[in-house]
Amino acid sequence: MRVIRHLPLTTLTAAIAFAGQAQAQTEITVGTVNNNDMVIMQSLTDAFEQAHPDITLDWVVLEENVLRQRLTTDIATQGGQFDVMTIGTYEVPIWAEQDWLTPLDDLPADYQIDDLLQSVRKGLSYDGTLHALPFYAESSMMFYRQDLFSDAGITMPEQPTWQQVRDWAEQLHDPANETYGICLRGKPGWGENMALVSTMVNTFGGRWFDMDWNPQIDSPAWQEAVGFYVDLLNNYGPPGASSNGFNENQALFSRGNCAMWVDATSAAGRIFDPSQSQLGFAPAPIAETPKGSHWLWSWALAIPASSDSKDAAREFVTWATSQEYVELVAKEKGWASVPPGTRVSTYENPHYQEAAPFADFVLNAIQGADPTDSTLEPSPYVGVQFVGIPEFQSIGTQVGQMVAAALTGETSVEQALQAAQRATERTMQRAGYLD
Amino acid sequence: MTTARTKSLSGAAVPAVQRSPLTDALLNRRLWLTVLGWTVAVLIFFPIFWMVLTGFKTETEAIAEPSLIFSPTLESYAEVQQRAGYAKFALNSVVVAFGSTLLALLIAIPAAYSMAFLPTKRTKGTLLWMLSTKMLPPVGVLVPIYLLFRDTGLLDTRTGLIIVYTLMNLPIVVWMLYTFFKDMPKDILEAGRMDGASTLQEVLYLLLPLTLPGIASTGLLSVILSWNEAFWSLNLTSSNAAPLTAYIASFSSPEGLFWAKLSAASTMAIAPILVFGWLTQKQMVRGLTFGAVK
Repeated sequence: MRVIRHLPLTTLTAAIAFAGQAQAQTEITVGTVNNNDMVIMQSLTDAFEQAHPDITLDWVVLEENVLRQRLTTDIATQGGQFDVMTIGTYEVPIWAEQDWLTPLDDLPADYQIDDLLQSVRKGLSYDGTLHALPFYAESSMMFYRQDLFSDAGITMPEQPTWQQVRDWAEQLHDPANETYGICLRGKPGWGENMALVSTMVNTFGGRWFDMDWNPQIDSPAWQEAVGFYVDLLNNYGPPGASSNGFNENQALFSRGNCAMWVDATSAAGRIFDPSQSQLGFAPAPIAETPKGSHWLWSWALAIPASSDSKDAAREFVTWATSQEYVELVAKEKGWASVPPGTRVSTYENPHYQEAAPFADFVLNAIQGADPTDSTLEPSPYVGVQFVGIPEFQSIGTQVGQMVAAALTGETSVEQALQAAQRATERTMQRAGYLD
Repeated sequence: MTTARTKSLSGAAVPAVQRSPLTDALLNRRLWLTVLGWTVAVLIFFPIFWMVLTGFKTETEAIAEPSLIFSPTLESYAEVQQRAGYAKFALNSVVVAFGSTLLALLIAIPAAYSMAFLPTKRTKGTLLWMLSTKMLPPVGVLVPIYLLFRDTGLLDTRTGLIIVYTLMNLPIVVWMLYTFFKDMPKDILEAGRMDGASTLQEVLYLLLPLTLPGIASTGLLSVILSWNEAFWSLNLTSSNAAPLTAYIASFSSPEGLFWAKLSAASTMAIAPILVFGWLTQKQMVRGLTFGAVK
């Protein structure tokens, strides 16, 4: 009876206490992509919340293209729905220029900013200031089946060329046994086939634009690079290559259907199986110049200027990109699962070197990629496999569709590149780059 | 005409029932129509069947050559459940789908009533104009609506989604109700009026009970459309009001294998509405054929 009489008072007190506690909590919303490394980050929410009892994390996980559209809408309208955004090296300088991102210039000393890989740091900076912290980074490299190579008596040189790749593909192509000479991205999109094609154009001596922003897509270097790509994939690639992206090629290579595969370094950890030693690694092939022959991409965590909880967001982004986080992932999930490509200390760690024998290739590829100097002739833009201007998403995707049309034989390479040149000229004129 | 004979169970020959050519033709036609109906049904259902099947495969099996033979596993369901709280998303879907349907019916019933029973010379034009709003690609109004929602604090709220879904479904709901109401004899309402019924009483005690199958099927369609809507839910919500469509979207990825997990998440997302549709299929069919045969 006594308890019942005091129940309203007790409930009220508890409610006030709870409300007080709730007020002290800062809830931050993190928008991120559904990639393996991010899924691990999400699974370690408890570890962060225990170390920061005043902050709770809310996750919004979306597919890359959906997330990009969602985040762009929010940040361009200052919607303030996200406190932390997962964005790439393409968005960071463009959004930073618009003052949409919070500069990260006063990071704590224990963050060890000098431990970040220089090229990645450069890619995430605007006006010399970091505007996002790298969560993981990747370049491109070549994977190959050592068993097929040794059976054919081929020795992989330190730096393969595209011509050699073509010769090997011809030698190893055995469609009757479902072994194809080479697997490459064919699915259209600026982040799909054009990521690879752009690096091929770079290394064949081409560029997207000259110093006056005139498109160079119908230049001889583009003709040669795209012609080579189409010929290589049509003759020695798997059937239906124009619909293969990263995932499809990963599945094909994992099943042993590809003798060679040129793609993201982040694939190494996914396809490496310590019990099978037939997986070989090599740098991405080159042609006329080594410049821009392999891409640079980083998924990074940024704090939008519209966030109401910038301090809590900063606590989170510094934690998720710290050395402490790398060690936490190693402890919980193993060294092979730590986010690659961001910190020198990860690559110096003997445990990581043991768990990831491909570490040196990845490190060299990332360190060797320079987004500010990726073409043989000078170019006005930043980016290896993309052009750091807002119009590039539409240009890249449109050109990607035309290259895919050439791959399927709908048009010739020459026709595809002429159409791509005209379309890009129109876009650049409308955007005010050209008269 | 041949006389067909068949053997009885005891082995004695008995004359078979004689059928006229007309009956044969009818049976033949019926058989073909049944085969056609089943073929169409199987074709429509096949993607759902394949999705359910893929949810029980491993990621490697899901992307390998399509096969019906595999050892079923629940690992994708376990991972999906571990990574995202299904209940929160499901609750949002239920509230938003039913909330928006209720609101749409509340607005559409008076609108359809006035257009069906008190038409003016602009009624047809108004109906067409309402439908024309469905012709605009939603992305065309994304930024204005996003800004309105930002300024009114409706971003990432169930109320916001209910408003958008109501507006989205209203033209279809009004059109459907208008068609059902038009089929109702005016004399019944007039008889009610003669007996002294007010407009509200007329609607509540005569119109609604008599057109209930139509209203039910309209409501069901609105619930299904709201449940499956993805564009607005992905763009206007983040963590609090995200429904099951956002839940599904979180399992797709350009890097790494995801088909089995995506299929498991999709199966869990469509399961409630599938069960709901199955339970209410009688009302749905009755409503959709309402007034078709007089």
